[in-house]
Amino acid sequence: MAVVVESRYSQAIHPLHEVFLAGSLSLFLGATLSDIAYATTYHIQWNNFASWLIVGGLLFAGIALIFAIVDLCRASRRAKGIVLYTAILLLTWVVGFFNALMHARDAWASMPGGLVLSVIGTVLALVATWLGFRTPRIGGTK
Amino acid sequence: MKYSSLLTIATVSTLLSACGGDTGTMQYGPTVELPEPKYGLLPDMKVAKPAEWGDQRPTVPEGYTIDAIATDLQIPRQTLLLPNGDILVAEGRGGNAPSLKPKDVIAGYIKGKGTTSVQSGNRLTLLRDADGDGAYETRTVFADDLNAPYGLALIDNSLYVANQDALVRFDYEDGQTQASGPPEKVTDLPSAINHHWTKALTASADGQVLYVGIGSNSNITERGMTAEVDRALVWAIDANTGAHKPYATGLRNPTALAIQPDTGQLWAVVNERDEIGPNLVPDYLTAVQEGGFYGWPYSYWGQNVDTRVRPQDPDKVAAAITPDYSLGSHVAALGVAFSNPAMGQEFADGVFVGEHGSWNRKDPVGYKVVFVPFSEGRPAGPPIDFVSGFLGSDGKTRGRPVGVTVDPRGALIVADDLSNTVWRVTPVQNRPS
Repeated sequence: MAVVVESRYSQAIHPLHEVFLAGSLSLFLGATLSDIAYATTYHIQWNNFASWLIVGGLLFAGIALIFAIVDLCRASRRAKGIVLYTAILLLTWVVGFFNALMHARDAWASMPGGLVLSVIGTVLALVATWLGFRTPRIGGTK
Repeated sequence: MKYSSLLTIATVSTLLSACGGDTGTMQYGPTVELPEPKYGLLPDMKVAKPAEWGDQRPTVPEGYTIDAIATDLQIPRQTLLLPNGDILVAEGRGGNAPSLKPKDVIAGYIKGKGTTSVQSGNRLTLLRDADGDGAYETRTVFADDLNAPYGLALIDNSLYVANQDALVRFDYEDGQTQASGPPEKVTDLPSAINHHWTKALTASADGQVLYVGIGSNSNITERGMTAEVDRALVWAIDANTGAHKPYATGLRNPTALAIQPDTGQLWAVVNERDEIGPNLVPDYLTAVQEGGFYGWPYSYWGQNVDTRVRPQDPDKVAAAITPDYSLGSHVAALGVAFSNPAMGQEFADGVFVGEHGSWNRKDPVGYKVVFVPFSEGRPAGPPIDFVSGFLGSDGKTRGRPVGVTVDPRGALIVADDLSNTVWRVTPVQNRPS
């Protein structure tokens, strides 16, 4: 007797998707730590580091966001929870974008707003990464 | 193309950026009303798109004419009138400040849209009108292989040139059209990074001291405090020995210096800080007091604290001198020269100021040469447009004034580093018939 097994799971997220998603977290975290270093030492180089780390985080999160949106559009990859994951990732990117503008201000004008946005962005990136990886999926099977 | 629209990426950013409308208040004179600083998420950036002059000419007051006495130069900045009436033109572009932030890359690109694409001349060009008909028929390269020359001064038979990295001296004899050899170095000038690279120069009335204006290495310390050693000040240099000392400090970017006739007092035009709103901070004209501190970076226009600077320094703020005369925020004054009676009755007593024009403002200002009238040796009254029309009604800019020099015979020489032209404005009655 033939048994039809219907998968309740979508395919695993693409390995590159994983790399960019997790990578954005470390970049945003690096920006936060750099901001803290600037705020406590007034050494301007930390402010420069933070600015570039945010741009890196935006690039990585942006690529991950494109993967997530493509997954949203394909039934075989539309895993349960992906809408929330994509929304949080989008929010991460938007916060990161405003943080980049905040960091474009000269010297201490980027503070304390820049540090606040960096912390929020890092927390959002952590949540997005968590959601992105915990979404139930299986790889390979149809 | 409006570069402001390029930057105004989305409505939301417009809402968040505090780039409110200009208040329209005229910030001229010894006392000014200063608004609160505004920190937009995006700085206002508007650089007028360059265009050719064609048949158009800058606008001058009635009774005056303007001629282009030299064109196709290689970025003329400052000029010097020699005793025989010849004009020396310093040509070049300096600075080697690296982009430190993503913002520097983008802002540099936008500002570059409003400047010439011509290569830096790194030379001095001599212009001569031998027969006095107002046409400068002789044009020679007086000296080349210089390093972004800017300030010029003549003391007797010594021609001093402020390169972006050193003060150098040429021998000069009346009537010479070419330097007799390479210059000798008088002293090195602070040149690391050179965010503001121009080295303004003038000689004291007695010919003993050379004053050199050295700009800051940042807008407002964003390259770090250590980059600001020996910056944002005026040096007094012994013309004979090359020994130097700070003459006045806290002057963010003293772009042109001049000695007042009769009194021998040193005056400067200074460009102030950006990115805290369209009406902050006024660029100014001031008599430079020996030993004076003018605020940068800790405060502006006297004791107005700039919170962008860390660590702060309340003692320095308390010591800051309020400048003499506001020219308006963001006008970018790059030239100053005292007038004389040969310029005509209305413009006999005062200074001419070359204003390169704004970038950090939605409604552009500057892009003209103004006359600040003096009375009893002090500025008296609002500035009067003397040469305008550089920024056309079509929103395009055809030229950007830099150095201004008064010809004792009655003419104003204006260097224009966008159209690479030297202009000469003369009262009609001074023109040979």
